[in-house]
Amino acid sequence: MKSQAIIEIKQLSYRYEKETVLENINLAVPNGSFLAIVGPNGSGKSTLLRLILGLLKPQTGEIRLFGQEMSKFKEWQQIGYVSQKANSFNTGFPATVFEVVSSGLTKKLGLFRFFKKEDSQKVYDALEAVGMRKFSNRNIGELSGGQQQRVFIARALVSEPKLLILDEPTVGVDAENVSAFYQMLADLNKNRGITLLLVTHDVGTISDKVTHVACLNKHLHFHGDSDEFERHQSEGMSEFYGMDVHLISHQHDHGGVFK
Amino acid sequence: MIQGLFQYEFLQNAFLTGILIGFLAPLLGVFIVVRRLSLIADALSHVTLAGIAASLLLEKYFLVLSGLNPLYLGMVFSVGGSLFIEKLRGVYKHYQELAIPIILSGGIGLGVIFISLADGFNTDLYSYLFGSVSAVSRTDLWVIFVISIAVVITIILLYKELFLLSFDEEHAKASGIAAKSIHFIFIIMVALVIAASMRIVGIMLVSSLMTLPVAASIRIAKGFKQTIFLSIIFGEISVLGGLFASYYLDLAPGGTIVMIAVAILVLTIVYKKFTLKNQISQGGAAG
Repeated sequence: MKSQAIIEIKQLSYRYEKETVLENINLAVPNGSFLAIVGPNGSGKSTLLRLILGLLKPQTGEIRLFGQEMSKFKEWQQIGYVSQKANSFNTGFPATVFEVVSSGLTKKLGLFRFFKKEDSQKVYDALEAVGMRKFSNRNIGELSGGQQQRVFIARALVSEPKLLILDEPTVGVDAENVSAFYQMLADLNKNRGITLLLVTHDVGTISDKVTHVACLNKHLHFHGDSDEFERHQSEGMSEFYGMDVHLISHQHDHGGVFK
Repeated sequence: MIQGLFQYEFLQNAFLTGILIGFLAPLLGVFIVVRRLSLIADALSHVTLAGIAASLLLEKYFLVLSGLNPLYLGMVFSVGGSLFIEKLRGVYKHYQELAIPIILSGGIGLGVIFISLADGFNTDLYSYLFGSVSAVSRTDLWVIFVISIAVVITIILLYKELFLLSFDEEHAKASGIAAKSIHFIFIIMVALVIAASMRIVGIMLVSSLMTLPVAASIRIAKGFKQTIFLSIIFGEISVLGGLFASYYLDLAPGGTIVMIAVAILVLTIVYKKFTLKNQISQGGAAG
């Protein structure tokens, strides 16, 4: 399951008005990997995600999804997206977990098509995968932030995407549950073969669960697998954010940049 | 009254219309409330008033139009108002709720001008303001019946899109749902149902039938479908109870219907408080 990159980015730059947010990004996300892009606030993480999702157009450079150029890419249902905003929804909304997850099938089913029995099975499967099956009849507002986030991941999973993109998924997850949350993602990656891409600013808990790490702060530094990332950290670069600033000030192309 | 129902056509009209309204208003009301658009019903009912006043005014000056049911022009104004609200929501992207008071005051202003041109209030207009049982005609009943069928079919066909749009508009748009068109269809249904409801409860009270039963059911329901179901039950209890009570006690039907809806709301709040307390004390005993 090697070879084909699910996301391929070449020489991508993006600027808002005068400020350059992303400069010369090169990245290839291998099929079946679990990649974490880490970076401080304002490092361009969300912009990069929006570019990958086609919500913004790159000014220079190119993005290929599933081997196809972005402008020709049509199979958006292959990509599941869990936005950071997912946990700022109206918590008083009177919907059960089951109803929320089944709403993930809306587009796939299409207009004027009704929800069928086998669709219920898909919903239960998705809930099982995130460990929330027994909550299916609870109202979404009664759950904790971390449980709600799992439900939103199930909503993205229910349409059976090959790639799942998560924007700061641990915002709103209690500190003691963060590790279990990442373990759940790692299991999704391992057992279901879903390629995962997440952006986050917490470096500590992430490294032992993911397969690849990249650091972003305007420039992207790909560290290959997570072992290599840890080695970098232990080489006196544990103060990660400091490291990033350091690299930028030298403007050098990091040896680990993947392409 | 049961006897009267068999005898008098006007009572039949009122009851059947009441049953339809008690179903329609809370059904659409659920989607309105969860999308935090509760005040839209108020705005549109005031625009409907302008349409009715316009119709009564035209009736006065053009004899040809004297047979025209004011409901029709009321509906035209209501739908027009809903389109304006949508436009204004686009203009004031960051102050979307501003569209509602703009349309509300515009509707009232226009209505008052038409009323003054028609030389002030008459009893007919009064019955539109506060609702009237005797004013419901057979044609009203048929118009509302057709609207009911159309609304029910639309809701069934667009249920999952409407749910997603209500729960998570951002996600709905991102996943490629035709959010704009669906919202457009929805708002037109709301406009029609508001115009239809005012015969029974009156313009001043229409919005209460869309919001109060929903406010009650949201407290105690599990899930969205149950919220819809309970809202309709509460809506029907309010309308039928209100019509009966107003008949026997000689009260204004619109006001009675609304007060029953308020009573149900208070009961659900008390019930919820009571069960919550029970749960906590039970949990405490067990732990």
